[in-house]
Amino acid sequence: MLDTLPGEAEIADRIRAATGPLRIIGGGTRSIGVTDGAVLETSATAGVRLYEPGALTVVAGAGTSLDEIETLLASENQALPFEPPRLGNVLGKPGNSTIGGVVAANASGPRRIQVGACRDSLIGVRFVDGRGDVIKNGGRVMKNVTGYDLVKLLAGSYGTLGVLTEVAFKVLPAPASRATLRVTGLNVADAIRAMSAALGSPFEVNGAAHIPSGEGGQPETLMRIEGFAESVTYRLGRLTELLAPFEPVSTEEDPAAISQIWEQVRDVTPFADVEGDLWRLSVKPSDGAEVAARLPEAQLMFDWGGGLIWAIVPTGCDLRAAVQGIPGHATLMRASDDTKASLGVFHPDPAPLAAISTKLRSEFDPRGTLNPGLMG
Amino acid sequence: MEMPAPDPAILAKKPRLIERLQAVLPADAVIHNDHETRAYECDALTAYKCPPLCAVLPASTEEVAAVLKICHQEGVPVVPRGSGTSLAGGALPTADSVILGVARLNDVLETDYDNRIIRVQSGRTNLSVSGAVEEEDFFYAPDPSSQLACAIAGNIAMNSGGAHCLKYGVTTNNLLGVTMVMMDGTVVKIGGAHLDAGGLDLLGVICGSEGQLGVVTEATLRILRKPEGARPVLMGFNSSEVAGACVADIIKAGVLPVAIEFMDRLCIRVTDEFSGAGYPDCDALLIVEVEGSDAEIDEQLGMILQIARKHDPVELREATSADEAARIWLGRKSAFGAVGRINDYMCLDGTIPVTELPYVLRRIGEMSEEFGLEVGNVFHAGDGNMHPLILFDANKPGDLETCEAFGAEILKLCVEVGGCLTGEHGVGIEKRDLMGAQYSDADIEAQLRVKDVFDPGWLLNPAKVFPLAVTEARRLGPPAAA
Repeated sequence: MLDTLPGEAEIADRIRAATGPLRIIGGGTRSIGVTDGAVLETSATAGVRLYEPGALTVVAGAGTSLDEIETLLASENQALPFEPPRLGNVLGKPGNSTIGGVVAANASGPRRIQVGACRDSLIGVRFVDGRGDVIKNGGRVMKNVTGYDLVKLLAGSYGTLGVLTEVAFKVLPAPASRATLRVTGLNVADAIRAMSAALGSPFEVNGAAHIPSGEGGQPETLMRIEGFAESVTYRLGRLTELLAPFEPVSTEEDPAAISQIWEQVRDVTPFADVEGDLWRLSVKPSDGAEVAARLPEAQLMFDWGGGLIWAIVPTGCDLRAAVQGIPGHATLMRASDDTKASLGVFHPDPAPLAAISTKLRSEFDPRGTLNPGLMG
Repeated sequence: MEMPAPDPAILAKKPRLIERLQAVLPADAVIHNDHETRAYECDALTAYKCPPLCAVLPASTEEVAAVLKICHQEGVPVVPRGSGTSLAGGALPTADSVILGVARLNDVLETDYDNRIIRVQSGRTNLSVSGAVEEEDFFYAPDPSSQLACAIAGNIAMNSGGAHCLKYGVTTNNLLGVTMVMMDGTVVKIGGAHLDAGGLDLLGVICGSEGQLGVVTEATLRILRKPEGARPVLMGFNSSEVAGACVADIIKAGVLPVAIEFMDRLCIRVTDEFSGAGYPDCDALLIVEVEGSDAEIDEQLGMILQIARKHDPVELREATSADEAARIWLGRKSAFGAVGRINDYMCLDGTIPVTELPYVLRRIGEMSEEFGLEVGNVFHAGDGNMHPLILFDANKPGDLETCEAFGAEILKLCVEVGGCLTGEHGVGIEKRDLMGAQYSDADIEAQLRVKDVFDPGWLLNPAKVFPLAVTEARRLGPPAAA
């Protein structure tokens, strides 16, 4: 018999008893889809269940606030590797982000380029599926190939396969020291070349972003290094040499300024008050310049060395049509419900993959109870 | 381990099946004579053998699709095979199955340093992927011990790890896309050079599915720039508990070595005799490796050695040259071979929370007395992935069975302390019947439903991963329609 977790039996009961759709809510800060249904909250599952700094492991109820987990890890100089973004501001959905919501959205910040996405640090899940069955997969160890990896499948499934009740992560030591290197005035193509050169160096760049309209309206290309102090100084020097062809190069070593720079990249804050629809694209970094060329009216921000693009476009504009043929995917993050309904929030999968995803959803949620229609 | 009895109806249609396969493949790509199919009777879990009905060696995605379409129509089980290095019996055939080997799919299709990816056919060996980008100082990070021989297809099927995954992750963290053929012959492309999935993360569930969801023919892999340098340090301790405590202290201090390897007394002695590595005579040995420039390495090793000294080591040996570094690694890298020289052995693969290391090592020692079989321990200590090697005599009646029973107890212990049955080798047939120790019926049912979606007829590697009794109804169900 399974142990029960706080709030889990109630969630299972709600699902089993449901006669219509349920809308799953964590902190409500990342709800990008349009769904109907009675609200099902995960707050009763909140609480850190286990934290072992020596094993680099944390396990928490899905309803636990992201702040609580990050504060706890910081007390031992550790952190969630993937730097989860707070998108409430830019999405106009203020609130207290939950760790379950982070997982359901597979939300990952700038460090994704080096250490992977949320799904790469996620080592275990418990969830209640659409039948009301409690299912666990993975566990609390970082190497685990026992059976199928449903952990990855649940990450980024936006509640459509099950309601997460508990999640386990591999964590990492927080960096002791950090520095940021800034190149100003580059066009998009040159910025992506500069970031590729940095990311292809042995100097362990773990953030690479380009803001076409940065400080004082100037384009800024930003690269981050983290680690022990002497090592950061050494790599900053070598990287400055490497990027000399892209002058002018300056360095930022003030910790508060560095935190502020990368939080704005992570949370897309420059676009919080900008009018228009907000899209999020994932493409091959070298296609970034082509994306920019196809979207002359858009305001853009680049992360992940150019592979993650945030775009503000005029209301109702079909960005997917404009970038058609460029491999990758585009998600409509912020728009009116009408625009979301007509363009679709999630990128349509090719037919054979869409068929697989649809069948998976009907296996996990045969009655179509959990966030129905949200992803397709 | 029991395998399902072959279906006489399938055995009876061998001539027709061979004829149909020969029509879509070159003559030398269909292997069906009894003396030749024997080459495919087992993988690296050699205790179990059974020649397949036939083996096929397609050389393109189209040929793989043609083969699967025929097998699907004929209702014949297919067992995908990389290089046959599975320690879990993942590529073990049944007499009524077709082995689909990917050995001829070995081309590099694209290298792209700007985007830090390589696209290869899946039969390419792990080490030769790194070899293809070595000139530009790049490498492919996952490095299973069998990397000279093992294929990327098998790495994806088992989600293989290696010694360096504490820093770089395992296969699933370095896999960006695949071309995969479904059992009915449909070709699908998932992911690519971009990051993450736009919809459900199908790639994530395919990686590690032990060849049960589809046959991967091409893979897009993340490549990384080589670090400027790497240097190992060897530490000897008078007890495994102390070595375990040292590992935990290193991790807590915020240093993240690229590898932390552990060996116990038996493995130290055997590997030293075999390789002449010059290891100290002690109860536990750690090899800790860090990367970077010389100055960065000095900084990190300085911290690590300071921690190690607090644990009263019997020896601390820092490599001062490439030659000394190679000697430190020599014994560890030859450990499985060295133990194989003195005895038959079974290699387990459970993972435990690293904080449980001392307790689990002590319990394994006690169980070793109870079962009357010796155990050597060599493993990736940083991530808790253990590799107990149980020594037995294959020629002594009953010894294999005792060894398997002992192994099962060790794996149950791993689960009991919060770990899992397998960290990187996969379930295969070896741990199939222990799945219930880790997962409830509902947990397993959820996984079976995933297979139902990808392979409704249960023809792909059907007798693996899950207990046979649990999958019987699905395996013996009506074959999928043509």
